[in-house]
Amino acid sequence: MTEANTTAARGSGGDPPPPSENLLYGPQPNVAQAAGYTDVPPRMGFFTDTSVCIGCKACEVACKEWNSVPEDGLEFTGMSYDNTQGLGADTWRHVAFIEQRKPLGGQEPGVGHEGFDVFEAARSLGTSPASPGPGATAPSPQAAPAGAPAGEISPVSPDGRTELRWLMASDVCKHCTHAACLDVCPTGALFRTEFGTVVVQEDVCNGCGYCVPACPYGVIDQRKEDGRVWKCTLCYDRLGVGMEPACAKACPTDSIQFGPLEELRERAAARVAQLHAAGVTDARLYGESPEDGVGGDGAFFLLLDEPEVYGLPPDPQVTTRDLPAMWKHAAMAAVSLAALGVASFVRRPR
Amino acid sequence: MSGSDVTREGVQGARPGRDAPTGARAGRRRRRRGRGEQPMVPDAQFSSYYGKPVLNKPTWKPLDIAGYLYLGGLAGAASLLAAGAHATGRPDLARVAKLGAAGAITVSLGALVHDLGRPARFVNMLRVFKPTSPMNMGSWLLSGYAPLTMAAAAADVAGRYRLVGAGATAGAAVLGPAVATYTAVLLSDTAVPSWHEGYRELPFVFAGSGASAAAGLALASVPAAQAGPARRMAVLGAALEMGLFQLMKRRMGMLAEPFERGRPHTLLRAAEVLTAGGAALAALSGRRRERGLAVAAGVALMSGSAALRFGVFHAGVDSAEDPKYTVVPQRERLEARAG
Ligand code: SF4
Ligand code: SF4
Repeated sequence: MTEANTTAARGSGGDPPPPSENLLYGPQPNVAQAAGYTDVPPRMGFFTDTSVCIGCKACEVACKEWNSVPEDGLEFTGMSYDNTQGLGADTWRHVAFIEQRKPLGGQEPGVGHEGFDVFEAARSLGTSPASPGPGATAPSPQAAPAGAPAGEISPVSPDGRTELRWLMASDVCKHCTHAACLDVCPTGALFRTEFGTVVVQEDVCNGCGYCVPACPYGVIDQRKEDGRVWKCTLCYDRLGVGMEPACAKACPTDSIQFGPLEELRERAAARVAQLHAAGVTDARLYGESPEDGVGGDGAFFLLLDEPEVYGLPPDPQVTTRDLPAMWKHAAMAAVSLAALGVASFVRRPR
Repeated sequence: MSGSDVTREGVQGARPGRDAPTGARAGRRRRRRGRGEQPMVPDAQFSSYYGKPVLNKPTWKPLDIAGYLYLGGLAGAASLLAAGAHATGRPDLARVAKLGAAGAITVSLGALVHDLGRPARFVNMLRVFKPTSPMNMGSWLLSGYAPLTMAAAAADVAGRYRLVGAGATAGAAVLGPAVATYTAVLLSDTAVPSWHEGYRELPFVFAGSGASAAAGLALASVPAAQAGPARRMAVLGAALEMGLFQLMKRRMGMLAEPFERGRPHTLLRAAEVLTAGGAALAALSGRRRERGLAVAAGVALMSGSAALRFGVFHAGVDSAEDPKYTVVPQRERLEARAG
């Protein structure tokens, strides 16, 4: 993604879709306008393609650097290469690491590259969609090359060990279409930006902590020594001047892709089709559907296993979807309590 | 990882429970159950990320927030007693109920402010009016209710400004039930599985619990001759609280488990015994006008109500800390939708 993107996207024509009437759940084609903005740039987001993540944690580091996020504990978990463990007040990008007794789909162990002419390949860079040029960031939406094994399981290696695979995924705030954190915030510290993202105003937050258990993904948390809550801002400051977020900028494999959400969704669909064609039938999108329990995520993912394997909820729901029913039940309970009070007095006086 | 099988001597140093295996076996976590308890259903199979919670657990301090729930309930129901006593000419009951409501709501406001990460910014709660935030609505509610209880109590103690006092007493009685029940929405409007799932019954449980606490306060400090309404409120409140809590747990399926384990279980069992016992004693104290009986009933009812709030609070936190309660119901929901 180029840095001119946000500014370019601002200028790009085309009428924005009208916002949906339902503000609590369901698809919302225009979050920013629903939040009260009039002249809005396209909604920006992340598409994190975990199939190319190498677990280098450049995103974690870049995020901490740019946003001056304090150290989040020097811990050795002993469970895996992941010592960060999860998102929180001081971790806005978290790279999950999973080791599985499962072959990597489409992988060809022991294949030699003798017949491959690198100079020939270099000459064709950028000329064919299968080998995009150095500036390209998006995987081309083509089917896998003819030679790719389709759905084959890697053989057991000669010494009798079965194959294993490593899954790596960079997790982040989902910038939900219907963000529970934002809905429940009593001070208005959490707000929707013109880019459709969700940001905390640290000068307003009073540290009530309500947003923390409201988030269905376990993202936002309180910084103990500071009292306030913190989370990913999708680099609101960088977006404002047309730059891409620090993590996407730093990601060496373009596992983290930044751009207008609509464009990312198209790209993601193509990438899944490509992986399926290559025999990686595990590949699936997570959080991209506007029909899901939070109306779709502004930051969505391509995963290679069930979401819960990565520590993500399989079917998150924005809690405020049920809020009207909750108020109704509370009102009925209040009336019952008043009736109970009256009933306590109506019997013969003593 | 259990990946120590790379050594030449075969599998070495395998640490069970540290694997992140694929599929349904992944992330099983064993929890010890309380003595002699049998799980009603076998533990569900589910995957997780090294058994780590999906949710970030509430940062609220138990003493502050569970205490706030308790005192808010007590105050709200006490305002009903105050208005009733005021109207039916029971001055002692009215005095205790008015002072109780004002005192409880003051302490609970203090607890609320104390729990904030930035207490000095408490007033930011009133910078917006936001019906999607139960805490915001609660702040507005309290900013109306607390002064009314104080005015009612002050007028009663001073014995002057009777009209203002009567108005404030009536106003507090109108807002009181809302103060007692909105706290259930406060808990339910979160992703915490065992709080959210109980949103239908929890307001009624809290209403009953508030009534029994307020009745307990009155029973313990008002002469029996004027405590009739408190006795009836004790019995009705206890019945409402216990009945709806059972109903809630039955409807919640596996999400009721956190109420049946560990510390929440102890607290809720105590709440049951204290509330039922307190209500029985309250009824008895009506027949045998013994001061000791009424005081015992009052203390039991108040501590029973407090134990219930702390039990519900801790059960929710436990349900957020175990990925099982997040993953399994969501999986079931997905499967049901897939048909
Ligand atoms: S609810 Fe959670 S994931 Fe969604 S925007 Fe808020 S903090 Fe991010
Ligand atoms: S902790 Fe801050 S951001 Fe979170 S709900 Fe409270 S005031 Fe809003």
